[in-house]
Amino acid sequence: MATFGRACLIIGLAVAVYGIAASIHGARAGRQDWVASGRRAVYALAALSATAFVVLEIAFLRSDFTFEVVASHSSTTTPLFYKMAAPWSSQEGSLLLWVLLLSVWSSLVLFLTRRRLRDVAPWATAVLLGFGAFFCALLVFLESPFDQLPVAPAEGTGLNPLLRHPSMMIHPPMLYSGYTLFAVPFAFAVGALATRRLDAEWIRSTRRFALGAWLFLGIGILLGARWSYSELGWGGYWAWDPVENASLMPWLTGTAFIHSIMIQERRGMLKTWNASLILATGILAILGTFLVRSGVLDSIHAFGASTLGVPFVLLIAFMLLGSIALVVSRRAQLRSEHRLDSLLSREAVFLGNNLVLVGLCAVVFFGTFFPLISEALTGDRASVGPPWFNRYMVPLALVLVLLSGIGPLIAWRRASAAGARRNLLGPALAGVAAAVAGAVLGAGSSPPTVLMFGLGAFVLGGVAQELWRGMRARRAMSGDGPLRALVMLVRRNRRRYGGYIVHAGMALMFIGIAASSALQDASDANLRPGQSMRVGDDLDVRYVRPTSGIVTTRDGRLEKIRFGAVLEVRRDGRRIATLEPSREFFPSSAIVAFGPVGRFFEGEATSEVGLKAGLMRDVWTAMTPDIDALRPVIDEGDEVYGKFADGDVTPQARSEALAAILVGITERYRNQPPPTTFRVIDSPMVTWLWIGALVVIGGGLIALWPAGDPAGRRVRARYAAQVARDLGTAEEREPVRSAS
Amino acid sequence: MDPTRKRRIRLVTALTAALLLAGALVYTTFSAASPERIPSQLADAEAGQTYKLGGRVVAGSVRRERDSMTFEVQDPKGPAKVKVHYSGSVPDPFREGREVIVTVKRGGDGFVGQRDSLVTKCPSKFEAEKTSS
Amino acid sequence: MEALAVVAVLVVLCAVVALIAQPLRHGPEAVERSASARVRDLEAAREAKYQEIRDAELDARLGKLSAEDHRALDRQLRREAIEILRELDELQ
Repeated sequence: MATFGRACLIIGLAVAVYGIAASIHGARAGRQDWVASGRRAVYALAALSATAFVVLEIAFLRSDFTFEVVASHSSTTTPLFYKMAAPWSSQEGSLLLWVLLLSVWSSLVLFLTRRRLRDVAPWATAVLLGFGAFFCALLVFLESPFDQLPVAPAEGTGLNPLLRHPSMMIHPPMLYSGYTLFAVPFAFAVGALATRRLDAEWIRSTRRFALGAWLFLGIGILLGARWSYSELGWGGYWAWDPVENASLMPWLTGTAFIHSIMIQERRGMLKTWNASLILATGILAILGTFLVRSGVLDSIHAFGASTLGVPFVLLIAFMLLGSIALVVSRRAQLRSEHRLDSLLSREAVFLGNNLVLVGLCAVVFFGTFFPLISEALTGDRASVGPPWFNRYMVPLALVLVLLSGIGPLIAWRRASAAGARRNLLGPALAGVAAAVAGAVLGAGSSPPTVLMFGLGAFVLGGVAQELWRGMRARRAMSGDGPLRALVMLVRRNRRRYGGYIVHAGMALMFIGIAASSALQDASDANLRPGQSMRVGDDLDVRYVRPTSGIVTTRDGRLEKIRFGAVLEVRRDGRRIATLEPSREFFPSSAIVAFGPVGRFFEGEATSEVGLKAGLMRDVWTAMTPDIDALRPVIDEGDEVYGKFADGDVTPQARSEALAAILVGITERYRNQPPPTTFRVIDSPMVTWLWIGALVVIGGGLIALWPAGDPAGRRVRARYAAQVARDLGTAEEREPVRSAS
Repeated sequence: MDPTRKRRIRLVTALTAALLLAGALVYTTFSAASPERIPSQLADAEAGQTYKLGGRVVAGSVRRERDSMTFEVQDPKGPAKVKVHYSGSVPDPFREGREVIVTVKRGGDGFVGQRDSLVTKCPSKFEAEKTSS
Repeated sequence: MEALAVVAVLVVLCAVVALIAQPLRHGPEAVERSASARVRDLEAAREAKYQEIRDAELDARLGKLSAEDHRALDRQLRREAIEILRELDELQ
């Protein structure tokens, strides 16, 4: 099986190299058959990598420990769902996933555009296959998922329990989809520059690719944040960790691109800027992939030093130099057709938005790579933490939200001052009202938060105003009811209103982020049952009683030991929630080092968070029991078991004894609980972040949704009219389909 | 003023502003950053300067008190150790023998860790406790 | 077991080669040159221009554009659209 999988990857590498040659030959000789063959090489690579992936999945599902990757990342006790997702917790498996996603998305895009972009597509195919070949080469020569162990161990080391959460399993495929999807507009940009065809056709296609990539990457980032908040024992959703930043950077430049490309679409401006931006986004996506897996920067995601550093750096250097060379050599085609008409126009606002987004990306880049920069410049490796990031990101974010509010309300080309004033007045008033309300209701201690409330309300007011006015205008035209008019309005202008909805969602997110970071109260306390702790001004948390238990898998094997607590939460004296945080202890396989009973407390431990989420406030709690206090009991258990197991007993009796001892320990925890440290965080408006995220995703989907075929519709309408004329009858008129 | 000149002035102003801001950013960051250190490099640590200490948690050195913790951090490849007093969130993977990073300042009989700055390297496959079979 | 793997690999190899070589067996297609590329580009530009006209109309109806600004803009956009249509007709 392993040799079959490996063979698939080797054939994949060969196919990719062939495809590059065939596509380039077809492009230069004008031969569609070679181009088609090159395209099919992408399909073949998708099929081959899928096959290899299936082989790997089967090995995981069967717990085939002859595969080294399976033995080190899974175990027989791992639940089925996580066995399926375990492949991409490994270096090799995640590289394979990357190739699979790259080739699948590339196949889809190339299939859908097979009759369009005839000049550009072959070069794009070659670039995409170039990426495929690179990753296949890594998989074949450096990090093979199909390496075998000479002797299969009886049990694998298992999946790190921290990763046992549904979000954590979907997060990597989503992120990788985002990264690989950004390879597509990158490839088409290279193709367009190579063939000097940066035109309307290219713009239309690239915009959609970039929007799709933006959406998937955004979803991946949000899933990571959600996992961090609801699963990890620190209670935050963003830590400015290098790996988090690595995924944010291409997203920021991608956002800039989908805005500035609209300027190029309308006015033929910013061609050099857009080309550079989308190329940079592709490079940042590869850089992100590299950062996650190479261990070059200290991060909680550090997967250890790897052999991948040098190849990736070479690839990124090649992409960077190649991009610069392309843009410089094509500057004649990249000259702007028009100039900015007026600073009071949507173009100017988009330009501002681009500058802020690129500025944000530059700040994140600088902060993330500062350890390497400082080491190179001063010989001393230094790093910056969240306070530094917040200091620079906050003002830029405020400007960004302001611009995102003004943009939709201002016209293209040249807006009149009177018109602008009329449109901005209502939302501005909403913003001021919200800021005042925020300051009065408790946010006054943090001026940036008050400002964000105001700006967020400004954006929301603007979007509401646009939807309202648009709905009214549509009703005046078509006489529809309000709901239908609204739906038709959005359906007929998906790009515009999808975008507005995204802005509204982002405003909600920023409001949630501002409030929950600046206005939260956090407390740590060491409690015994019956004791209480106070958080902030009005929250009391009482440790009611300890809980404990043993969790077994369906086939009777012990999966984990849980120590928990029941907490009663009161705000202003009124009971608002009962939380049950816990700590789960997964056994280590090192019997000799820790003892047969002790090993249950020396493996991984995860926090199960107690969370009461509300619209305006979240109460979050995690606990850490002091295991050291249980040490005497555990040692006693080791002794008892040791004496028992030495005698002449069956394995059945042995495991029963072990179970009895463990039950005894958990009972002891319930009866004589050791002091437990509780961390309680009371944060306002965190839920707004998640709601805003859903709104952003919804808006993105609306904007991305294909709007049908306007040209085809017009042709059909013409034919229908012709038929009616020929027959001498009145034509059937469908209001929705009338040519506008 | 003709449009081309206006545009050029706009461009120059924008570029100058960007360069100044970038310069300010770079300058302040160098003084605000925390140098990364391993225990053997902390012998000449200045008081008041924060450092990003990296190293391995010494087995048997973790002592938990009411709302804080003390532990020792050792060079990844050497014998030098320092003591750290820390209060704040302790990451789930924190364990003796694991590699950690914590932002510290000189204080007490060793170093005082900044609240919530403790990070443990999270291995996606665990190796430390594998027995030989 | 090994023999099975070898056979499987050979099967996969044949399938891949068949997939990739299929277009080549049909021989060279009619060469598509810049003329039709220009047509497709103009068609895309036409759609974009129509969208701009619709957007300007919506902007006017929503009050972002004053009536006379819209008239001037609409005239200009339609002029640009006519240019595109004219060039398209010449090429088709």
